[in-house]
Amino acid sequence: MNYETVIGLEVHAELSTKTKIFCDCTTEFGGEVNTHCCPICTGMPGVLPVLNKKVVDYAIKAGLATNCEITEFGKQDRKNYFYPDLPKAYQISQYDLPVCKNGYIDIEVNGQKKRIGITRIHIEEDAGKLMHDEWGTGSLIDYNRCGVPLIEIVTEPDMRTPEEAKVFLETLKSILQYIDVSDCKMQEGSLRCDINLSVKPVGQKEFGVRTEMKNVNSFRAAVRAMEYEAKRQIEIVESGKQVEQETRRWDDVKGVSYAMRNKEEAHDYRYFPEPDLVPIVINKEWIEEIRKTLPELPNAKKERYIKQYQLPEYDAAIITSSRTLAQFFEECVESGANPKIVSNWFMGDLMRILKDNNLEPEEIPFPGQYIAKLLALIEKGTISGSIAKKVLEVMFDEAKDPEIIVKEKGLIQISDESQLVEIAKKVIEDNPQSVADYKGGKEKALGFLVGQCMKATKGKANPQMLNNLLKEMLNK
Amino acid sequence: MELYQLTAHALRDLLRKKEISSIELTKSILDRINLTDPQIQSYLTVMHEQALNNAQEIDKRMSAGEQLGDLAGIPMALKDNICTEGILTTCASKMLHNFKPPYDATVVKKLKKEGTVLVGKLNMDEFAMGSSTENSYFKQTKNPYDLDRVPGGSSGASAAAVAADEAIFTLGSDTGGSIRQPAAFCGVVGMKPTYGTVSRFGLVAFASSLDQIGPLTKDVTDCALVLNAITGHDPMDSTSLNIKYPDYTKALVNNVKGLKIGVPKEYMGEGINAEIRHSVLNALEILKSLGAEYEEFSLPLTEYALPAYYLISSAEASSNLARYDGIKYGYRTGQFKDLLDLYKKTRSEGFGTEVKRRIMLGTYALSSGYYDAYYKKAQQVRTLIKKSFDDAFSRYDVIITPTTPTTAFKIGEKSKDPLEMYAADICTVSLNIAGLPGLVIPCGLDSKGLPIGMQLIGKAFDEATLLRTAYTFEQNTEYHKIRPNL
Repeated sequence: MNYETVIGLEVHAELSTKTKIFCDCTTEFGGEVNTHCCPICTGMPGVLPVLNKKVVDYAIKAGLATNCEITEFGKQDRKNYFYPDLPKAYQISQYDLPVCKNGYIDIEVNGQKKRIGITRIHIEEDAGKLMHDEWGTGSLIDYNRCGVPLIEIVTEPDMRTPEEAKVFLETLKSILQYIDVSDCKMQEGSLRCDINLSVKPVGQKEFGVRTEMKNVNSFRAAVRAMEYEAKRQIEIVESGKQVEQETRRWDDVKGVSYAMRNKEEAHDYRYFPEPDLVPIVINKEWIEEIRKTLPELPNAKKERYIKQYQLPEYDAAIITSSRTLAQFFEECVESGANPKIVSNWFMGDLMRILKDNNLEPEEIPFPGQYIAKLLALIEKGTISGSIAKKVLEVMFDEAKDPEIIVKEKGLIQISDESQLVEIAKKVIEDNPQSVADYKGGKEKALGFLVGQCMKATKGKANPQMLNNLLKEMLNK
Repeated sequence: MELYQLTAHALRDLLRKKEISSIELTKSILDRINLTDPQIQSYLTVMHEQALNNAQEIDKRMSAGEQLGDLAGIPMALKDNICTEGILTTCASKMLHNFKPPYDATVVKKLKKEGTVLVGKLNMDEFAMGSSTENSYFKQTKNPYDLDRVPGGSSGASAAAVAADEAIFTLGSDTGGSIRQPAAFCGVVGMKPTYGTVSRFGLVAFASSLDQIGPLTKDVTDCALVLNAITGHDPMDSTSLNIKYPDYTKALVNNVKGLKIGVPKEYMGEGINAEIRHSVLNALEILKSLGAEYEEFSLPLTEYALPAYYLISSAEASSNLARYDGIKYGYRTGQFKDLLDLYKKTRSEGFGTEVKRRIMLGTYALSSGYYDAYYKKAQQVRTLIKKSFDDAFSRYDVIITPTTPTTAFKIGEKSKDPLEMYAADICTVSLNIAGLPGLVIPCGLDSKGLPIGMQLIGKAFDEATLLRTAYTFEQNTEYHKIRPNL
């Protein structure tokens, strides 16, 4: 029998506000342990939370960017449970009146467009971090992360393959980065997701029993976890047994998941309205104010690139997937470079160098104008395309202006005809066999001779001139 | 008369005329504490040295001509659930027996700015849960009128200290009557202001939507002076209202002509001791003779206020007290196997019986499957009770009731039956549920010589009318001058 996977996601994104959700402490990542906290975020007796308005701004922004309705009259609730990383023993979250609801994100998988429903987006506070065993005798707690604002984005169970879920996550990440509400750094834990997954025979309407998977820390891990879980559930169903509704924990090192102990998951959170905070009332003016700050979103930008610059859809999708990359692209184009040529360079050498060096677009060490300058050097004939590739590598290493690199390294193309004639003569003399082959009708031999000339000039010879010159000399 | 016997406003005048110094006054209070507190047992912490240093500094500033507040140089004390930087704040619990907050409550900051002299921290029912101060982990505070009787609770020592002249004024907190009931039992003036009037920042939470800090004083004028010092918007407390707060001393006017008083018959029924009923009716007649009108009316849903209160307050408490887990501060059990064991032992050993009872009650009321039947239903009752008060205040300026069904009971008399103890709050809890201000003033003694208090209930943010009514009553009677024989 063929099975279909049904996937819904719960994504937590840390918001990039300067201060925490209920106090003035900084949200900066990586401070000395327990230096970014105060009596409020460590839940001392008698302290009270005061909501950071920026957190609501950011949540509204995320809601508008994902086509959500914004809740006019919302509130915050307490989610009660005991754990040492949660100093108040309750998390201030939102239960039944989240800031945003009923939205969607459009994704594209293998050329197929699909709409994924967003059930809700709510605001809440992050917990601290336990550090186990490092000291042998027990656990220590770092409260720096306590009270860092989060949004939780809950999707409808609309995804049918791990691939769709991955594309959804990538699209969501790109949107959140575009609107500047989260840096979405998975390695710093600022984007985390839980996966709800079930399987059912293709064509069956009712969903199967779902499991929830926690501790998924990268997109790659998410895909692996989903593939593993789908396979596990299909095997259970095939063997005539029932999938159990449970919370599972993904172990990315071993590539397996295991059911969490009942005690870990059997929570009755006893939600109730947070009496220390007042309702969140959002009027139309507030929403419109935030709407004005929305930038062009990835999908719209992609469509524009296709229309305005005639880029292939695939190229446009890659370039607009990252806000930084798109900005970089636009810098190049604004500096006068031909968009299609820029796009080719992006898709080719630029992406290759990023990939080889494991760099994020944010880490490109030079401005977009430099790419435009590099392309201008090719166009003017100052350097060849192959030299330009080398120059680009140097730009990544030294972050220098390509014009300076070309001068410093003496990479200017040899376009002086008399100089090229001398080189060609020498190569013709040294390679009588190839000359004979060419004269005998083997066109390919010309390429070899050109190559020899380039080698002799360390690639600096103007290849077009050389080609013409050699032909002329051999045809004499 | 001794200095410790005087009111804050009388002492203010003496201090301003330089007839006395704050240091003399503070010494007088400290001596009084030394003399009477071994019997009364009000104080958990007395800060002899700090108080004297503080008084000396105030004297210096005053003699340098600095303009200080009305309460400058006045010795006062705080209930031990109000956070004081670097000074033990225990909530009378083993759980916080060693807790010194690294911050001051907003009211403490305000009183410091005013120039008051903090002499110590006062006993209470553990985490403000109780009506007799019998639930303190540390000691039993006595009623200054009869040492075999309770001072009320949970701010029992805040009332007893004022009645015994061990502080010129004190602050308490009131979640269901915890200022007003002890004020009545000890024959002092006590006010629970409108919810949102006094910042709760730094008040160790019992039930966040009900808690409010308020003054216990020797007369109504002092009550107005303390209100002036502690009310106001606080950006650190989201539930504190950002409005213009009046000068409460302007309300101290001897005039109740045309004042419409409502007396809810549900508060004057069989459950109320006849002597108390008589005493309140007598007070109403006095007000009538001064130009006010009063009539009985029905305040529906009164019988539901007590169960709704115990559900809401316990539910909030179960969450508010969850942070005491032995991890970060306060008491931690000695030996434990694992995390769960640490939690269980710490909380079993650190909390007293009543606190545990409320945590269990509240946890149950919020549990999945019971939430709608208990917590949600209680919140609906709350809305209806608010509405019935709103209706009443469309007809009356003030509502007057007894404060308690009985006068101070004997130590141990009710502590075995929690339900009987809870019933002691029957006249006071509705105000917290509705967020309304309530002022209790003495209106006589019963046949055993125990004080009786009458409760004046006002519209939200209309403390002024309560003060005017109480001031007029006080100006025309002598009840506030009665003092215990110690």
